[in-house]
Amino acid sequence: MNAGPVLPGRDDDPDRLYTITRGRSRSPENAFDLVTLLVAEREPAPGMQSEHVRILRMCEAPTAVVEVAAELALPVSVVKILLGDLLETGAITARHPRFAPTKARLPDLDTLKQVLHGLQRL
Amino acid sequence: MASNGSDLPPAAGRTPLRATADNALKIVVVGGFGVGKTTLVGSVSEIRPLNTEEVMTKAGEGIDPAGAWGKRSTTVAFDFGRITLSESQVLYLFGAPGQERFWFLWDRLFSGALGAVVLVDTRRLEDSWYAIDRLEHHGTPFIVARNNFGEPTHTLDQVREALDLSAEVPLVDCDARDRESGKRVLIELVRHLTALAEAEAAALPEARTAPEAPQAPVTLEYEESTP
Repeated sequence: MNAGPVLPGRDDDPDRLYTITRGRSRSPENAFDLVTLLVAEREPAPGMQSEHVRILRMCEAPTAVVEVAAELALPVSVVKILLGDLLETGAITARHPRFAPTKARLPDLDTLKQVLHGLQRL
Repeated sequence: MASNGSDLPPAAGRTPLRATADNALKIVVVGGFGVGKTTLVGSVSEIRPLNTEEVMTKAGEGIDPAGAWGKRSTTVAFDFGRITLSESQVLYLFGAPGQERFWFLWDRLFSGALGAVVLVDTRRLEDSWYAIDRLEHHGTPFIVARNNFGEPTHTLDQVREALDLSAEVPLVDCDARDRESGKRVLIELVRHLTALAEAEAAALPEARTAPEAPQAPVTLEYEESTP
């Protein structure tokens, strides 16, 4: 695996990522899926890191981890570290995907029926 | 990003989800470069497709923060869109790079997807061999959709043969630019999943029960192994 190209227009400077995460490079174990929905439970506090403030504003309505990453233009793993901070202090809550495919390969029939109905209504 | 053909700017003017949304599902659209993954995602998505990225680090490098965010890591970009299914359910569609150098995505980044759509271009069928191989290996259910660029020069049977696709895997035509066509592709996938789940339920009646309480994903660590 060679280093991949950096997205044009994004600031992927390792020093900047290091600063944003205060040197941490591991996201909290098992805490977030790409589509875990996040909900802010409180207003941003004065003096909060600017990324945390933006996340809390975004998550006034449920927002998926990937959407936060896209909005902040930060890699998903960096965003998970920031989300971990907010989860730990109770500033956000997480609504995890109910489908756990590591246990059963196929989704249950009820879920599939709901997905089918949802798609047919589009 | 040059490697998957997408170059989408960050979001501007977001459309929030309903306050009642509490369960998100995933479907992956995979295919070779320029086959129309982002177009398909965009034609059915309620939001303009967004692009994000993930940094993958190799074994052991996660313990050195400078190294993990530095030159020894690999950045992969992917697109996504979403469809609100009901008051509580939302479906995310991911346009995944299908190239060989992204093999490690399959077992990690998109784990937990309901299933996958392999989008193929008959002029470059070989671009999809690798993706199909990975999905089969990983046991991820999938269908194949031929994105029609003009008048098709092959029958679907010829495509099936060229892809060495087993008879159970649905193969459909689509126009990735067309919302109704994209919708039909997703419906075809869900019908295929339903047939598979019903067959499994018939074989193992006790295994198919209602979903349990929400739980955190089992593993989303990107390192190959913990040092």
